[in-house]
Amino acid sequence: MKKLINDPKNVVDESVEGFGLAHGDLVEVTPDPLFVSRAGGATTGRVGLVSGGGSGHEPLHAGFVGYGMLTAAVPGAVFTSPTPDPIVAATLKADGGAGVLHIVKNYTGDVLNFETAADLADAEGVRVVSVIVDDDVAVKDSLYTAGRRGVAGTVVVEKCAGAAAERGDDLDAVAAVATKVNSVTRTMGVALTAGIVPHAGEPSFTLPEDEIEIGIGIHGEPGRERIKLESADAIVDRMLAPILEDLPFSSGDRVLLFVNGMGGTPLVEQYIVYRHAAKVLADRGIEVTRTLVGNYVTSLEMQGVSITLTKLDDELTDLWDAPVETAALRWGR
Amino acid sequence: MSVGIDWVKAWVGDTVRVVSENRVRLIELDREIGDGDHGENLDRGFQAVKAKFDALPDGETPAAALKLVATTLISTVGGASGPLLGTAYLKGSQALGDATSLDSAAIAAFLTAARDGVVMRGKAEVGDKTMIDAWTPAVDAASAAAEAGKSVAETLEAAASAAEKGAESTEPLVAHKGRASYLGERAVGHRDPGAESSSLILRAAADAATATEASA
Repeated sequence: MKKLINDPKNVVDESVEGFGLAHGDLVEVTPDPLFVSRAGGATTGRVGLVSGGGSGHEPLHAGFVGYGMLTAAVPGAVFTSPTPDPIVAATLKADGGAGVLHIVKNYTGDVLNFETAADLADAEGVRVVSVIVDDDVAVKDSLYTAGRRGVAGTVVVEKCAGAAAERGDDLDAVAAVATKVNSVTRTMGVALTAGIVPHAGEPSFTLPEDEIEIGIGIHGEPGRERIKLESADAIVDRMLAPILEDLPFSSGDRVLLFVNGMGGTPLVEQYIVYRHAAKVLADRGIEVTRTLVGNYVTSLEMQGVSITLTKLDDELTDLWDAPVETAALRWGR
Repeated sequence: MSVGIDWVKAWVGDTVRVVSENRVRLIELDREIGDGDHGENLDRGFQAVKAKFDALPDGETPAAALKLVATTLISTVGGASGPLLGTAYLKGSQALGDATSLDSAAIAAFLTAARDGVVMRGKAEVGDKTMIDAWTPAVDAASAAAEAGKSVAETLEAAASAAEKGAESTEPLVAHKGRASYLGERAVGHRDPGAESSSLILRAAADAATATEASA
């Protein structure tokens, strides 16, 4: 394992410190308990948005702190949800008097820690509403699993809910936007290799040279099957089929097509994925009206991609297009 | 025969050592069916507990000391195991009240409340391939031992042995909760890291009771 680290124990602290130094115009970093919040603090009268989760998924979530998106982000240890303390501190900081929305990815640890934090923040007098993101179609049966995971679609939820908060929606309305985005967003991921957790020093799972894992979550955990490596187009077909039938997406729909790199797959391959996905959608009469391609929800240096579709109506299109100014996403301002 | 704060301190000390010694093994178990952070997270949590215990004032009740373990784990471990184990210690401590001296019935009540706390938070049942597969047989064994009039050390010994068997029993199971649930059939053949760490913690409780009773 070769990594640009000093000490595995300091990876998250040093990385977030560097992030704060690099983007001091956008964010401020509170070191203990560790969280990242918008430079200048919460906006009075606006709903605050707090998200968070294990580190190793950068730019999620700190990269989305700023105008039009998150008010604060709470990074946990690598691949480990944050504890309640920093979530509470971030929530109090993010409150502009209109309450705070927690955007939580559906992973057991994230849900438990955010739930505890929401109770504690409520006790401090800040009203908190939580929305659980579970966009991953790879997990079928929630009766026998922890349920669908929250993966790349989280970015779309954070963007649209952030825009709703910025335009002055109240807490319940912002939560309703987040819920709506989640309900029309579906994601499927594939891994070609595993990421390497710094303190473990070894890949988090082993994948033979000629095999790929279909239906992964953002830690590489599987959801569907392990198969022999195929062409990019064949893999995209495999990923899109369950997405399209799930909502379902059908002819005449307008969608955001979001191809997300998992950290170790270069853009040249992500665009090959995008190319075929766009063709498949066009063949089905589904109109791609908005696009996002790049590394937004990563899994350390894991090779792989996820494909996310969000069904767009006029409202969600406007919210997606609304100005945003964060380290990882910025337009219109 | 009963135990008090000395047992709690010895238990925590043993747990800190055992978790640290098994850090890599727990990481390995978790890498197989989870994401490989369990040993790291628990070690971080119990090191924080150790720091707090080194500064523990004299005269604390067992309940107060165990509540300190709970809040420290909740605020340092993260993931699912932080809130789950933290809740176990929290609910367990609440069952002890102000007692300074714990007999085997109190120990059984403590373990039962701890297990119920984990179930309340995590909603897992026996057979879901989680820490509950260690906790529930441990509680059953401890309750039976206490009712049979066994000593505290014997009660905790029964709990620890049952937890170890319970952890082993997770190996052939398909996981229904937590991250391992996404593996489906592929989780079969791997021991649940949460059940394993719980059995280590309960073994430390038994060893500490044996040592405490011997020195009493």
